[in-house]
Amino acid sequence: MRTLPTSPTWPDGLIVVAKRECPTCTLVEPLLATLARGAGPLTVYVQDDPAYAAGLPGQVLDDALEQSFHLGIEFVPTLIRMQGGLEVARTHGWHQGDWRSISGLGQLGEGLPALRPGCASKTLDPGMAEELAVRYGRTGLASRQIDLGDAEDAIEACFDRGWTDGLPVVPPTPQRVLRMLAGTTRAPAEVLGLMPPDLAPCTVEKVAVNAVMAGCKPEYLPLVLAAVEAALIEEFGMHGVLCTTMFCGPVLIVNGPLGRSVGVNSGVNALGQGHRANASIGRALQLVIRNVGGGRPGEVDRATLGTPGKYSFCFAEAEDSAWLPLSVERGYSREASTVTLFAGEGVQGVVDQKSRTPQSLAKSFAACLRVVDHPKLAMAGDALLVVSPDHCRVFLDAGWSKARLLDELTRLLLLPADAMLAGADGIAEGLPAAMAGKQVPKFRPGGLLIVRAGGSAGLFSAIIAGWAASGPVGSIPVSKEITA
Amino acid sequence: MTSLTLLDPTAERSPVARALTPRPADLTGLAVAVLDISKARGNVFLDKLSALLEAQGLRVNRYKKPTFTRPAPTALRQQIAAENQLVIEGLAD
Repeated sequence: MRTLPTSPTWPDGLIVVAKRECPTCTLVEPLLATLARGAGPLTVYVQDDPAYAAGLPGQVLDDALEQSFHLGIEFVPTLIRMQGGLEVARTHGWHQGDWRSISGLGQLGEGLPALRPGCASKTLDPGMAEELAVRYGRTGLASRQIDLGDAEDAIEACFDRGWTDGLPVVPPTPQRVLRMLAGTTRAPAEVLGLMPPDLAPCTVEKVAVNAVMAGCKPEYLPLVLAAVEAALIEEFGMHGVLCTTMFCGPVLIVNGPLGRSVGVNSGVNALGQGHRANASIGRALQLVIRNVGGGRPGEVDRATLGTPGKYSFCFAEAEDSAWLPLSVERGYSREASTVTLFAGEGVQGVVDQKSRTPQSLAKSFAACLRVVDHPKLAMAGDALLVVSPDHCRVFLDAGWSKARLLDELTRLLLLPADAMLAGADGIAEGLPAAMAGKQVPKFRPGGLLIVRAGGSAGLFSAIIAGWAASGPVGSIPVSKEITA
Repeated sequence: MTSLTLLDPTAERSPVARALTPRPADLTGLAVAVLDISKARGNVFLDKLSALLEAQGLRVNRYKKPTFTRPAPTALRQQIAAENQLVIEGLAD
């Protein structure tokens, strides 16, 4: 950090902070000469107009707002009495009794109304609080500061330093990071854990820096923090998810009221583009992995092909009162807000526009789920089945719960191994010969997740295949409650 | 006066140039760790490699990570370092 200015010391006497555009400041302007004559030394800090109280010897133009910032002014006018270098009294707005008692002038403001509220100080104009904190204050931020040259374009500078996923990022200025940190009550220095692959300490502040770059609003930060904490849960195996030659990346599934309040899309185009929360929250997690963890493609990230979801893959479940949300299935209350991480690949569509019975549609789902990884492999990758509202209605109308659908799919996906053995069908890939004559479940227990999402029209669902090293050997889906 | 200040989003691990360990002039009497990361069929390749090394009179010690998806446990890394002067590890596929 640079050397920061220290707070000034104040002379004894009265201080008034005002701005011309405030009618209450204009109301009290004629009183200031009286104060200066009769109540001891007076300093008047004016935030905007040098002509305000211009004739007084103690008038100081504070249009840079330095003194206003150090005095912690929220309202104008503010009247302060300093004694022995310390503040002993303060009032704001025009309050006749307060002004008389602080000034000691019992007749002050005779004929004025007893009370007039003031206006907001210019220190609280939009964006100004962070600007002043950076200019004059102690931001408390610990990240290394990088000064750009006059000729340097900030967005290009982020590319040049290797901080981006290939798309432009929002330059992480201290002002923006301070605004982002206002989205959480957690301390910037709090360490969430050690981020793979470098196992570097990941602080709330570093998450905020990357959330700025990803394009998040401050209100998204608690979701990003929960996602980062979920990625650090041992069972998720973030190191392996990152470094694998296979396709996967963390898919974020948001449940509960917080996701709805910040606008995480669960409806039309839920898995697609166009929603800031979906796009930037998933991206923020990826940027944390890249920048804090050091997980960059071609280095520790050895993906052969990867998947577009490694830019960002975040959506919310379209929760329905008749189907248990994923978060409730995983042990949280309906009121809880959670992020669940799934090590997922791309989106495979399930097109079935003819099934009108749950039995027929479940068979369609099972047939499509069989091809996850390879039709002749089993117990390798997990899968996330995203059931659209139109498809979901087929089950709801027949009284099928999500659990019943899962049971049916588990039954339908208990497969005869003989047709899946290595070499069968002239395909060398397949199950080991020792499985001959047996039945094999396509997915490990707990390896098939079902969520409801999507627009209200379309008899389509989606399968998001999991990492082929799913389960304890590689990655298990994890959830984290979103707090603050 | 610069135009803009940014905060470093990285773990701020300044690149440190580390010198490689010098190659041994002679392999005689040295122990070679051959680490299997538990990738399918990696053992087939490492078996052949071990045989070739042993044919040259080298001592070969075999080790195996529990899973290729995670870094080797600290204890295993320490054991390899303690028991060998050289290590051969296959990364990825």
